[in-house]
Amino acid sequence: MIEVESLTKQFGSKIAVNNLSFTVKKGEVLGFLGPNGAGKSTTMRMITGFFPPTSGDARVCGISIVDNPAEAKTKIGYLPESAPLYNDMTVTGFLKFCASIRGLNGSAKKDAVERAIETCFLNSVALQSIDTLSKGYRHRTCLAQALLHDPEVLILDEPTDGLDPNQKFEVRQLIKRLGQTKAILFSTHILEEVEASCTRAVIVDRGVIVADGTPSELLAQSGTGSLTDLFRAVTSSDTEVAA
Amino acid sequence: MSSCTIYKRELSSYFSQPTAYAIIVIFLVLSMGLAFSFGKFMTVGDASLEWTFFFWQPWIYMLLAPAVGMRLWADEQRTGTIELLGTFPVSTWSAIVGKFFAAATVWLVALLLTFPIVITVNYLGDPDNGAILAGYIGSFLVCCTFLAITMLVSACTRDQVVCLIVSVAICVTMVLCGYDDFTRELGKAASPGAVEAVVSMGVWDHFSSLNQGLLRLQDLVWFASFIFVCLLGTSAILSSKRA
Repeated sequence: MIEVESLTKQFGSKIAVNNLSFTVKKGEVLGFLGPNGAGKSTTMRMITGFFPPTSGDARVCGISIVDNPAEAKTKIGYLPESAPLYNDMTVTGFLKFCASIRGLNGSAKKDAVERAIETCFLNSVALQSIDTLSKGYRHRTCLAQALLHDPEVLILDEPTDGLDPNQKFEVRQLIKRLGQTKAILFSTHILEEVEASCTRAVIVDRGVIVADGTPSELLAQSGTGSLTDLFRAVTSSDTEVAA
Repeated sequence: MSSCTIYKRELSSYFSQPTAYAIIVIFLVLSMGLAFSFGKFMTVGDASLEWTFFFWQPWIYMLLAPAVGMRLWADEQRTGTIELLGTFPVSTWSAIVGKFFAAATVWLVALLLTFPIVITVNYLGDPDNGAILAGYIGSFLVCCTFLAITMLVSACTRDQVVCLIVSVAICVTMVLCGYDDFTRELGKAASPGAVEAVVSMGVWDHFSSLNQGLLRLQDLVWFASFIFVCLLGTSAILSSKRA
């Protein structure tokens, strides 16, 4: 469903993503781990077609994001890291706008919006203006727009960032449930999410994959049975890199 | 279709905030106020509205039109919603067209609300309504030109204030370029060829012939191509920012 082949992104002299290759099949939830600045968001932005790669390609449901971005984008639901929203709209208004953009009209649009509101527990704020929402609700509204058109592929950039423990639990359960029928790629720093939601995980550091496997394989690889130890062993911290 | 969706969203966004209302009111106060005071509407007794009413409009537009257009792309980049737009199955060009026409519609509403002066002039005198219509077309085209310039500048920056200042500076130059008093002074210092080159970059020549009731194809082509080039430039800048 997602095939990333030798994806590279260079900003000037800095190589943010270096020859990355991985796949995510239908029914798989791939956790994308790595320290800040590792290239996770950059990779996701390339796969979703926000900006083109310097070289390499990503295929979503067999469609190349480089050669045929318009069609590839129809297969993807994307939650950006900052969960951007139009503050002057209501939750329902915003979701209706996104549904229209996705080509949904009439009763299909109405049903899709209702379904997304149900799925993301937005019933109590459906008619509220977005600028009055708390962070948790903002995140869930942005997640709802990613689910409207029932895409085969979901790409979620730090979907539980800034959420309280209850909200984190709900989102992880949602990802696990959706992951049964879709291909999901989500990025996180929170290692416990790997065991909670993922069928496989990849650790990226400075644009390169440094570990890849199922949660149990990674735990075995760590030697100590701790993902944190494995993470610290295979990645370098900011202070080391600076030195 | 997606242009229409974006057009509707942008238009409702304009009218859900004070910006559009404030600008329409200020425009009406200024255009009517100037017509009756400095334009000496009652004293001159000119039913064509050419010098009393339409003459002032480029001067008003050069300051106010950028205020409507400045948020078009600057806001999207600042709030991060550019990442949503960039990953929707919507071409950049559709988004540009939708936004441009939304801003133009705000100004169309403002212009249409000046209808009392047309009624007044028809009541008091015997005007050539065809010439007045041509004047309105010319006025609207000048406004759209300034909006297109503002859109181009808006794509270059996240900061609305910078966009406003730079756009106003460009629009002021374009108004002064063709203005008689200015070109007379310029003619004392530069060659006739240079003066003519400068005049052709300004709006006056094209606006004043429409104002007089002359529907010249060259004027319509000038406005249309200027607007088109600015919109193309906007597309190029947005694409290059993401490359």
